[in-house]
Amino acid sequence: MERLTFDLHASSVREINQFLHQAVPEPGADLVTIEHPDGAHNLAVGLNAPWQVRIGGHVGYYAAGMNQEATITIAGNAGTGLAENMMSGRVHVRGFASNSAGASAHGGLLVIDGDAGLRCGISLKGADIVVGGSVGSFSAFMAQAGRMVICGNAGDALGDSLYEAVIYLRGKVASLGADAQEEKMQEADYEAVETLLRAAGSDYRHHDPRQFRRIASARKLYHWNADARHSY
Amino acid sequence: MAAFSDDPPTGQYKLSLYAETRAGDPWPMFRHRLEEFLQHPVELDTRANHAILLAEIDPNAIKKWLRNTAPDIHLLAIGRHMTVYKDVGRPTEVSSRYALESLQGSHLVGHTRMATESAVTPERAHPFTAGTDFCLVHNGSLSNPYSVRRKLEAEGIEFATDNDTEAACRFLEWRLREGDSLEDAIEQSFSALDGFFTFLMGTAEQLALVRDPFACKPAVVAETSDYVAIASEFHALAHLPGIQHAHIFEPAPEEIYVWNV
Repeated sequence: MERLTFDLHASSVREINQFLHQAVPEPGADLVTIEHPDGAHNLAVGLNAPWQVRIGGHVGYYAAGMNQEATITIAGNAGTGLAENMMSGRVHVRGFASNSAGASAHGGLLVIDGDAGLRCGISLKGADIVVGGSVGSFSAFMAQAGRMVICGNAGDALGDSLYEAVIYLRGKVASLGADAQEEKMQEADYEAVETLLRAAGSDYRHHDPRQFRRIASARKLYHWNADARHSY
Repeated sequence: MAAFSDDPPTGQYKLSLYAETRAGDPWPMFRHRLEEFLQHPVELDTRANHAILLAEIDPNAIKKWLRNTAPDIHLLAIGRHMTVYKDVGRPTEVSSRYALESLQGSHLVGHTRMATESAVTPERAHPFTAGTDFCLVHNGSLSNPYSVRRKLEAEGIEFATDNDTEAACRFLEWRLREGDSLEDAIEQSFSALDGFFTFLMGTAEQLALVRDPFACKPAVVAETSDYVAIASEFHALAHLPGIQHAHIFEPAPEEIYVWNV
């Protein structure tokens, strides 16, 4: 357990991930730094203990996937599938994240300071996502549970075929997806946005929850409507 | 790999040739036959199966002569600025076989093909070329290459392979030849080409990058004051000088990115 700084010029991804798959030995010995990631895939994947992982650059595909309990901070950008299927914990990317960030994440918090690519939060199952920039098309597609706070704009078909996930959008949307509708913000929504912005960190303090709009499911796709079969 | 150099000798064309044979050196005999045909000496820069023919000649006359008299020699590209090297094998092997690290010029376009749509041969490797000084590499797969091809064949355009990428390459070059700007040609391709793609194109003066509306295929760009570098993922750019200070971004879907040389 002696190595708490890894350099990907010297260590392999497997070596680092295997180290991180151990339980945290004792409180205070949980900080692991990874230098020179250089776009490596599958970094810090499948963690299952409250490690504090700091990655000092850009990462490739599926970084922090399936995370449980760990707090993972990425100083650079992230490739496709960041924090996909996260169960709990926290993943924070200082740069942008490519397609499908937070796909099917069940729990925890994903923070993306820059823009997110297409299909951000696709099939979200309970996690919270805060995006400092804008999200691409088809974001929150079929999202079932959880919340998304988007401080910038959204692309086409936002929230297409939404279930019970809720989207809070500050900027403009290119188009809403099927069954997604804008709804009036209630006091509980303002509180939710405030809580999530606070959780995302000090960079998000300047946003006013009153600038956000709520987008949720109209629930018209939940049941087959024989009278409107032509519209499916 | 296609390399564009910036100072072509006046009136001269560079023809990128590929010899099928691996038994012995095919080029001395080829040179002898070509010089007999042209009635003057030619300059031939040979590297393994490739040769660049530099000559002040009509490329179409050479094309016809090759087809009739040297069917085992393939004309891969015609350019005043562009030369093309492509072959089958591991990227590091192909790169060292043709000493690609020694290529010089203003811009390079290259891609390792993972074949899905047609056979694995040097002709079907990337970049694809059409006309003069135009090349294209493609990550993805087109779903309507045959209808595009039939349309182009009706315009008198000939195809060298059965590969889907060639349809995109010839479509775009046809639009350029019809007078479209590179941006207009790409705009037209959005309605003409169906499928998924990240395309990187090179002309003598420009480099263009575009992704389909669903952005299924990755791309990342690094810009510095010294260079622009484009790859599928950051991992391929991580070793570049000054990359830590580069402006790095992912191209948005259906947006046209053009860099002028």
